[in-house]
Amino acid sequence: MASIIELDRLSKHYSSSIVAVDNVTFAVEDGEFVTLLGPSGCGKSTLLRMIGGFEDPTDGAIWLAGKNVTWDPPHRRDVNMVFQDYALFPHMTVGENIGYGLKLKKLNRTEIGTSVQGALSLVGLEDKIDQHPYQLSGGQRQRIALARAIVRRPKVLLLDEPLSALDAKLRGQMQLELKHLHEKVGISFIMVTHDQTEALVMSDRVVVMDSGRVAQEGSPNLLYDNPNSPYVANFIGTTNFLDAQIARVDGDRTRISVAGVEIEAVGETHRRAGDAITVGFRPEKVRILKDGETGDNEIPGEIAEVVYYGLGLRLSVAVQGGGRVYVDSLLPDRLADSQVPPVGHPVRMALSSGNIFLFDEGVA
Amino acid sequence: MVMTLSTPRVAAPVKKKRSVVQRFAADTAFMTFVAILMAFLYIPIWILIIFSFNDSRSLTWPLSGFTLEWYQRLWNNSQLQDAIGNSFYVASCATVLTLLVGVPAALALHRLHFPGKTVFRRLVVLPITLPGVVTGISMLNLFRVLGFDLSLETVILGHATALLAVVVTQVSARLERLPKSLEEASADLGATQIYTFIHITLPNIRSAVIGAGLLSFVLSFDEIPVTFFLTGRDNTLPMYIYSTMRRGVTPEINAVGTLIVLFSLILIVAAVIATRDRKH
Repeated sequence: MASIIELDRLSKHYSSSIVAVDNVTFAVEDGEFVTLLGPSGCGKSTLLRMIGGFEDPTDGAIWLAGKNVTWDPPHRRDVNMVFQDYALFPHMTVGENIGYGLKLKKLNRTEIGTSVQGALSLVGLEDKIDQHPYQLSGGQRQRIALARAIVRRPKVLLLDEPLSALDAKLRGQMQLELKHLHEKVGISFIMVTHDQTEALVMSDRVVVMDSGRVAQEGSPNLLYDNPNSPYVANFIGTTNFLDAQIARVDGDRTRISVAGVEIEAVGETHRRAGDAITVGFRPEKVRILKDGETGDNEIPGEIAEVVYYGLGLRLSVAVQGGGRVYVDSLLPDRLADSQVPPVGHPVRMALSSGNIFLFDEGVA
Repeated sequence: MVMTLSTPRVAAPVKKKRSVVQRFAADTAFMTFVAILMAFLYIPIWILIIFSFNDSRSLTWPLSGFTLEWYQRLWNNSQLQDAIGNSFYVASCATVLTLLVGVPAALALHRLHFPGKTVFRRLVVLPITLPGVVTGISMLNLFRVLGFDLSLETVILGHATALLAVVVTQVSARLERLPKSLEEASADLGATQIYTFIHITLPNIRSAVIGAGLLSFVLSFDEIPVTFFLTGRDNTLPMYIYSTMRRGVTPEINAVGTLIVLFSLILIVAAVIATRDRKH
């Protein structure tokens, strides 16, 4: 597969001190679904708008299918955008909205009619062709906005927080629908979102952004299982962080003293004994040991809080040194009161070595 | 999503119920206020209409009888008819001129960013706060300096200047409410700026433009101070009425007034129909 779009050291400075996008380089493969993920103000939307042609970069270049489009106005770029507020034209019917971009492509009436029908059936709203946008629900408008952008068969489809205006239930449903739509049309998608679940569910690849820069990019499970910084570990999923110190390095095994005990992590490291580090691990990778049971990397602690969230329990465990560790456990059966350890109860937690992240820097 | 094991119970606040008597008193007071307000606004107009059909020169009660005489006199009063014609001519031209300048000005203020934009915006809107006398005198001086002869055309220029602020503020307010993403979406779908303006921007500000135009027309139609300074030999309708009023209110004037009320009603209905926006 070849790259359909390449960003080459792209930057956007609003002034010498305000930098929205800082030296971003990445490529999107033909047919790939890439998500730009980050909190508001991290530059992800500015980056998308530069690809769409709505903002001029200060530096760098954008290559679309081998052609430098950095300075082309939006109407000459073979990309289309789904706007956050959908931007459906209120004075036009659904059919006219979808046909708008085709009329501008100088297609004839029959071609436009066929394409509009095709796009509508793709999003399952054939019967809405003569309605106006105000007659549609939020989810339907979203689908029409998609249809209007896709019908032009752009090389890349840009989606700016496309699901943020929908309620939680509909959002979950649209995530899958969008993913299926992507598989059906085979166009590259670049989506911007601040919702990590959305990014993990839909994307082939996620680009995590932090203050205008790429913090890490990779497949959803790479980012989840191997975050390269506390920032990424914290932004995608929940992570427990504890201050620690390297006790001993032994080949690809590293002994770490943390919370009054010594645990072992695996993997090559450049660190040496005595270095201060931050240890991270996911709440669902921690296991509470039953009495008499033993496990890897035992850490003692005391139950500080128990939160029930339907699917399971989240325990907050206080460990030595003042840290708090969240432990998630699914409830296999109906919750029996006797199974829940009471607050103040001492517990031992086990954690397998492969699930421990080591970071040089602390949590921002 | 996350729920704690024990949900604290919060007592619902006790709502104080107003008694039926209290509610009745409040409703009556409100309705009375509205009735007085409506009377204050509309009784003078009804009196005008009634006296235009009254069979007596003096404007006193009781009414003496029904007549269409005053309307017949209107029909034969060529001076008055000229004044009406002049007013229509002035108001129409001033409206078209002010729209031709005002709509592009509002668009420029909305779309472009240039140094001194804020000052420009203030300057365009300033004339709305100036008394007509000031606008009138200053334009009179300007025309004198330029060597223009005073005529209905100078009145048109004066009105168009004074009304520019109305058009710019109305159209600007609408543009502010128009999401920027609509124009961006149009460009994204392959439209040039001009195509976008004609097919996206204009249809969405249409009702504001029509509204501003109608308002300009009405304001120009009954304008006196600016007209007073800038007109030549020709008189507009309000000027004519004003000059005859010095000899007292005549039933003929009531008849003209009634016709203007009728015409205004037609304009208002037209405006409502033309500017009826689809719900968004």
